Amino acid sequence: MILVEREPAIGGRVVRNHQYFPKLCPPLCGMEINTGRLDRNERIRLLTSSEVTSAERIDEGWTVEIRQAPEHVNGRCTACGDCTKVCPATTPDRFNYAMSEGPAIRPLHTEAYPARYTLDRAACPADCRACVDACKYDAIDLEAQPTDQTIDVGAVVLATGWDPYPLEKLSELGGGELADVIANVHLERMVATSGPSEGKILRPSNGEPPKRVAFVQCAGSRDTNHLPYCSAVCCLASYKQATYVRDQLPDAEVAIYYIDRRAPGRNEEMLKQAEELESVDLVKGKVGRIEAGDGGVLKLRVEDIDSGRLLEAEADLVVLATGMVPRVDQDGAPFGAQLDDYGFGLDDKDAKVFVAGVSRRPEDVAASVRNATGTAAKAIVAALRSA
Amino acid sequence: MENVGAFVCTGCDIGEAIDVAELEEICDDGGAKTFVTHACLCSPEGVAAIQESAESEGCDGLMLAACSARCKRAEIGFDDSDLIVERVPLREQVVWPQEPQHEDTQMLAEDMVRMGLARISKLGPPLPIDETIESAVLVLGGGLAGMNAALAAAGMHHPVVLVEEKEELGGYLAGTTHVVPEAPPYDAPHLNTLPGLIAEVRAEERIRVCTGTTVEQISGQPGQFQVSLKGEVSEQGIGIGAIVQATGALPYDASRLTELGYAESADVVTTHEMEAMLKNGGVRRPSNGETPRRIVFLQCAGSRDAAHLPYCSSECCATTLKLVSRLGELCPESESVVVYRDMRAPGQLEHFYESVQENSGCIFTRGDVTSVGSNGNGRIAVALHESLIGRDMVLDADLVVLATGMVPRSADGEAIRAYLDAKARSETSDSEVQRAEAAKVAEGLKDHEGTEILNLSYRQGPDLPVLGYNFPDSHYICFPYESRRTGVYAAGTVRAPMDAAQAAEDGWGAAMKAVQCIAASERGEAVHPRAGDRSIADFALQRCTQCKRCTEECPFGTLDEDEKGTPQYNALRCRRCGICLGACPERIISFPEYTVDAVASMIKAVEVPDEEDEKPRILAFMCENDALPALEEAAKRGLKWNPWIRVIPVRCLGAVNTVWIADSLSSGFDGVMLFGCRRGDDYQCHYIKGSELAADRMGNVQETLDRLALESERLKVIEIGRDEFQRVPELFEEFAETIEEVGPNPYKDF
Repeated sequence: MILVEREPAIGGRVVRNHQYFPKLCPPLCGMEINTGRLDRNERIRLLTSSEVTSAERIDEGWTVEIRQAPEHVNGRCTACGDCTKVCPATTPDRFNYAMSEGPAIRPLHTEAYPARYTLDRAACPADCRACVDACKYDAIDLEAQPTDQTIDVGAVVLATGWDPYPLEKLSELGGGELADVIANVHLERMVATSGPSEGKILRPSNGEPPKRVAFVQCAGSRDTNHLPYCSAVCCLASYKQATYVRDQLPDAEVAIYYIDRRAPGRNEEMLKQAEELESVDLVKGKVGRIEAGDGGVLKLRVEDIDSGRLLEAEADLVVLATGMVPRVDQDGAPFGAQLDDYGFGLDDKDAKVFVAGVSRRPEDVAASVRNATGTAAKAIVAALRSA
Repeated sequence: MENVGAFVCTGCDIGEAIDVAELEEICDDGGAKTFVTHACLCSPEGVAAIQESAESEGCDGLMLAACSARCKRAEIGFDDSDLIVERVPLREQVVWPQEPQHEDTQMLAEDMVRMGLARISKLGPPLPIDETIESAVLVLGGGLAGMNAALAAAGMHHPVVLVEEKEELGGYLAGTTHVVPEAPPYDAPHLNTLPGLIAEVRAEERIRVCTGTTVEQISGQPGQFQVSLKGEVSEQGIGIGAIVQATGALPYDASRLTELGYAESADVVTTHEMEAMLKNGGVRRPSNGETPRRIVFLQCAGSRDAAHLPYCSSECCATTLKLVSRLGELCPESESVVVYRDMRAPGQLEHFYESVQENSGCIFTRGDVTSVGSNGNGRIAVALHESLIGRDMVLDADLVVLATGMVPRSADGEAIRAYLDAKARSETSDSEVQRAEAAKVAEGLKDHEGTEILNLSYRQGPDLPVLGYNFPDSHYICFPYESRRTGVYAAGTVRAPMDAAQAAEDGWGAAMKAVQCIAASERGEAVHPRAGDRSIADFALQRCTQCKRCTEECPFGTLDEDEKGTPQYNALRCRRCGICLGACPERIISFPEYTVDAVASMIKAVEVPDEEDEKPRILAFMCENDALPALEEAAKRGLKWNPWIRVIPVRCLGAVNTVWIADSLSSGFDGVMLFGCRRGDDYQCHYIKGSELAADRMGNVQETLDRLALESERLKVIEIGRDEFQRVPELFEEFAETIEEVGPNPYKDF
């Protein structure tokens, strides 16, 4: 089993979440078990900072070319942190959706697996060798070059996940224009103790805690101008996030504007929990426009398409429940991945290429895990077929 | 281990924070054969130094005082050797959170090295399992999930026994002609491909199909199940490696939906009955055989309703869309109306919803139904509060279709067992009072009589334990197929409400887990969550008092009992959590790498200062999955904590034997903390019941402390999440303050 990961550490979007619904448990708990399993399993080869550059169909499966980014920090790194202390350069922290900055050399996040630092070489000042000089373990090589390798495999699973729908495309909702309009993924980092505001929910414009928080459902989803499909998780994510606000700012008023409340299965409990919170109001209606009002207040224009009602509302912080955009169109290209109209991947048994998780359809963590487990079996069966 | 080599890393500031040379004498006193320091043990040079010294000294164990065992496992875990490794995390627990070159810091480091050496001296090599393992997979249920599971396991070259109680394969979907679209362009129902799937299953040589058959009994353990079948195939002693339970769901009993007129009118039918009408070629009013002019679908009939099914059955909205779409084609003269609360068409099904709205002429009305009854003219009056405009209205209908939800076809193994036990007591108990009490208990559980599905011959009951809403799962977010019976995996609608596409995928997923379990058993390894653990428990049965705590408290039904109540260990069912070790009052249970004695030795290895030194000592037992990583994260983030704390990692709080509390207090520790995972309905314990059991057990210990006039505040059980790293130092500090208030342990100087 060869696991190819683009980032320097595994965990994807999931480890950036503060809690899972509906049990409100931290993702690192399940990660601990999985990284422990990876540690002990010699049949899995993990290639981080790596991407498939090309692939060629062969009788038994695929010949895959994998390029690993320059290994500026190598396996001798002990994650002691000496380099970070001396690094003069800063870069946006991608793990925190650029809401904070960090030294150019650091781990992807504190709990990164593998526990190794990574250097954003492009951010280095000219001729700076501060980290190299600080490292006692000879783990840093500023001149490292990318490495390529070729591997034959029997089958391929594409599980390259998703990107949040870009806020900037939601300018009618103030996305990318109004500082206090953020996306659900941003709130997730904000609430994490390890996040950019050490766990505090704050208005980006002034660093103050908000008194009124509005969640805008289907922000760019179920919308022919944006994503026509339903991203399946955003309702539940907002109910969960409403509990974050309640826990931290019990006096803040929360409104959730929705078209339908989609909480399938036992996740219904999350909806019920949100409905029962006194400070939380669920309002049927689609938010069509968000503008800046006086004194930094955000003005929301809410339309109930079915009844034709219009209402106006105000908030200090707006959380857009933005949807999921699959990336399998790019990442699956070397394998000629079959796509549906929305860019989600389709299994291709003949080509021995299978798609798992949100590459296949929008879904939550639990559904991704169960789907991925089955997809592994499909890939094994396909690989065995030719053997 | 007898020949332990001690290796101390001076890198990552260890050499600057403490006086490493002082450790040599401690290692010598602790029985170490060597004492080697290195500037970077995890570097290739460091690894070579370890190997060289271990080889020349004939070491069988290594005490590596460096970083945490969670770091650098590939480099210095020595997993591919026979060496037993004890990692002493000086970096995470000394260098990062403590003041360098301080007396207290040095004492902590020295104690940690003593504890590490004490522990490793008590450990033995793994007791591997080497058994003949069956490779066949038993799939119970020949519906969509079961057939997919069978094909998946067969495709992975495992023989499969597919057992279906009905005469035909197909399950629930056999009653439908079409399914909701599962592939682009997602705009119209797809023909049900079940017949092709059945043919594929029938044609697969590795699958033995047993229709008209049920399970009479399953005994044994994963890799070695012995299965007896009854019915059309009646056969004993079928060897099975792992089991997929795909017994599906039943439509919710509509006769309970009196408020929706099901019992009152023949023209109120369920989705299931509507599917049958469509399959049988015509939609007619059951009352008079006429073609209905208006068909009203009522969504969430008995779902999302505390009086019926509190959950959402996930597929009913899309199924109604499918039916509306089919009706538009087959009965264009009928008008369809859907009354819904929220239309749930996740993902790409949104397009199906749109397409049905555009093409079927169906009217979608959001509202809550208030009553369903006759309108007096032979039609049905559906009264509802329409919530878009907020008015009350009545819809006349010729046919009402109730979108009923699904009820898992599971059996509550624990309840069946409780019922059978109570029934037996009601007949055999010596005391009349007890017989009467048991009879009452049995009466209350009578509904479970004869509901067995798996018929496991396990002491803890014949079926998978169930959790909320009778779904037989254990950790449905991170580890969805896991159940509380090793080697038995649930798939499809028995596991969670889901649509057909998901049920098919579920079959593949559960088959993957079954095959994984067989492979792990062949390698003698544990499955989730201690996947890869190669050692098993040892029971010194000559000292067993038949108290049955271990058999009762094992979350995974590992232990059976003989007639006398002596535990019978089934190593291949065991997840190696150590909850039995925590339960045993006689302390007869041990794992080679985790024994009561090893931990007791660690406790006794700590040098507790005299009372006048005013340096209290606090012992913290920490769950190695959540609490310990949280502690290490706190250290990584630069948080500092009280140097009086000594940490002992445990497999689970449930694996803490209460004797360790006594050992700690008699060794002079002033207080004991236990850090475990969240318990209760939303438990995070990976062994399900571990933190719950620990809380109960420690509650009992606290009572004992009070009786002994030893303040119960000296013992504290804490629930902590993996993400709550910042709480760890705070909790240490709060507890240290409490201990200072309570005063020194009076046993300290004894």
